Amino acid sequence: MAVMVDTKVTAWKAYSTWANHHRKWLFAAPAMIFVGLLIAVPLAWTVYLSLTDAQGSVRAESKFVGIANYLKVFGDTERFWPAVLRTFMFTGGAVAAEMVLGMGIALLLWRPFKGEKWVRVAILMPLVATPVAVGMMWRLIFDPNIGFANQFLSWFGIPPQPWLSGQTTALPTLIFVDVWQWTPMIVLILLAGLTSLSEEPDEAARIDGASSWQRFRFVTLPLLRSTVIVAIVLRGIDALKTFDILYATKGKGGGSFHEVETLNVYAFGLSFDYNDYGIASTVLILFFLLIIAIMWMVTYRRKAER
Amino acid sequence: MTDTVTTHGVPEGALPEPTPPQRPRRPHKLRAYPIFRVVVLTLTVLLFIAPLVWMVVASLKTNVDIYDPDKTFFFTPTLENYANVLGRNNYFVFIFNSFWVALWSTVFSLILGVPAAYAMSRFTMHRSAMVVLMARIIPGVSLLVPWYFIFANLRLVGGFGVLILSHMFVALPLIVYLMMSFFDSLPTELEDAAQVDGLTPIGAFLRITLPLSVPGLATAGILSFIFSWNNFMFALVLSGANTKTLPVAIFNFVSYASIDWGSLMSAAVIVTVPIMVIALFTQKYVVSGLTAGATKG
Repeated sequence: MAVMVDTKVTAWKAYSTWANHHRKWLFAAPAMIFVGLLIAVPLAWTVYLSLTDAQGSVRAESKFVGIANYLKVFGDTERFWPAVLRTFMFTGGAVAAEMVLGMGIALLLWRPFKGEKWVRVAILMPLVATPVAVGMMWRLIFDPNIGFANQFLSWFGIPPQPWLSGQTTALPTLIFVDVWQWTPMIVLILLAGLTSLSEEPDEAARIDGASSWQRFRFVTLPLLRSTVIVAIVLRGIDALKTFDILYATKGKGGGSFHEVETLNVYAFGLSFDYNDYGIASTVLILFFLLIIAIMWMVTYRRKAER
Repeated sequence: MTDTVTTHGVPEGALPEPTPPQRPRRPHKLRAYPIFRVVVLTLTVLLFIAPLVWMVVASLKTNVDIYDPDKTFFFTPTLENYANVLGRNNYFVFIFNSFWVALWSTVFSLILGVPAAYAMSRFTMHRSAMVVLMARIIPGVSLLVPWYFIFANLRLVGGFGVLILSHMFVALPLIVYLMMSFFDSLPTELEDAAQVDGLTPIGAFLRITLPLSVPGLATAGILSFIFSWNNFMFALVLSGANTKTLPVAIFNFVSYASIDWGSLMSAAVIVTVPIMVIALFTQKYVVSGLTAGATKG
């Protein structure tokens, strides 16, 4: 059987042996090269751009200006720092509300009951809806003149609100929209965590006479801890980068007073509405570092507490 | 296994019977809970679904009716908005564009991502996995500027290729992440047995592991299709007049002075309903994908 007659077969065998021997990198390399080319190169370019005064046309000449852009951005109390503050307010407000509501709904859905399937289907719908369409939908509902929101309030004698068009109400309204769309995600994640818990500790606490709240606070919550952190990290990353609903409802620059301009919207506007690539890259590098720092803090704390 | 869960789940109501005299207050509290639960969950469902229903309702109204508070609930439905969007605004092209980009970015990402996830899972390549997962953290805008630089110089902006590439940036990390946790949970015994029986490691991957991974592949494929379909920012910058995707087309609706609400809402329905139908029929996979990695430490 093993007589080597056909050179084609041996060549294939040699190749096959080689491929199997190096399968680790043969499998992983294409994806990593793709990601590397699409991320590492652009990221390096962004770092370079942040040190130049590139602006205007894509093909225009640009000059190396060192850290001038960074100094300019750090001194910018008109657009940059308010955008940082709004990014934190949006992310903090949305994630906090989503965690509280999500935990409540997940606990209600925890024990099986009739019709559970329908509730799950219902909460899945906002989650898969296209964010731009969601933005447009809420834009109609929150329209000060013809929207259903104000009509609803008028039934209870509450005066109409400006919602998205108000300078102070726009950001909270958009936090509400984000909460509407993404609370289901938290529910699903926490529910997956809850169903994987064993029943014994909860049972033991109940037999010992612990109240529902005590059982949740001192038994379920500590057991669910890693799931809660995963939920916060996943949602936090996305919330920091929220763009679609903000841009779809308020347009360029986050509205005429920049009332919903977060770092992502600001950077996008600098890049593609004003073609100020140098400053835009600077803002993006700082934004990126901020995200990494926050994620590092969350995961570091998690390790330290173990 | 499921037996123990349900029998433990039931005692809520059944508990008072074995211990009647000691706890007089308990039965009362336990009977109130189911009612509370039904009421709150009904309200929750209503809150999540009502806005979507409202969107559909508005898409069936004429613009005059939308402006008329008396016709909030009672009106004569019309398909005029849909005719306007699909006919005059040529939405069939945008539907095709969205579908085309989502399909190919998903297919290519699966081809690149699944073997990579397999290698990273079986050889525990944590550092390499981190590189791919970084793509989930990086703000998309920071890549758009250099991409735009490069692709504009290559005169590729506006073509399908660039759009598919950019959507793969979203899909690939997602697929690697999902498939890694899937392969982590897949026992290696079958592969080992196949290798003992004479298959090469790659052969074992192709003939044993991949067929076993169909649920994982379905999850990863569906989610990556949904995310690509819903993506707005990349297409906003990189698509041209002929390759515009649905979210961008909807966004362009409001660039004009006054908003044609009826048509806008029917366009919103056209983009969201297909994805909701897909999610409805593949609910199990969508949920398992969205919650992947949630229960690991």
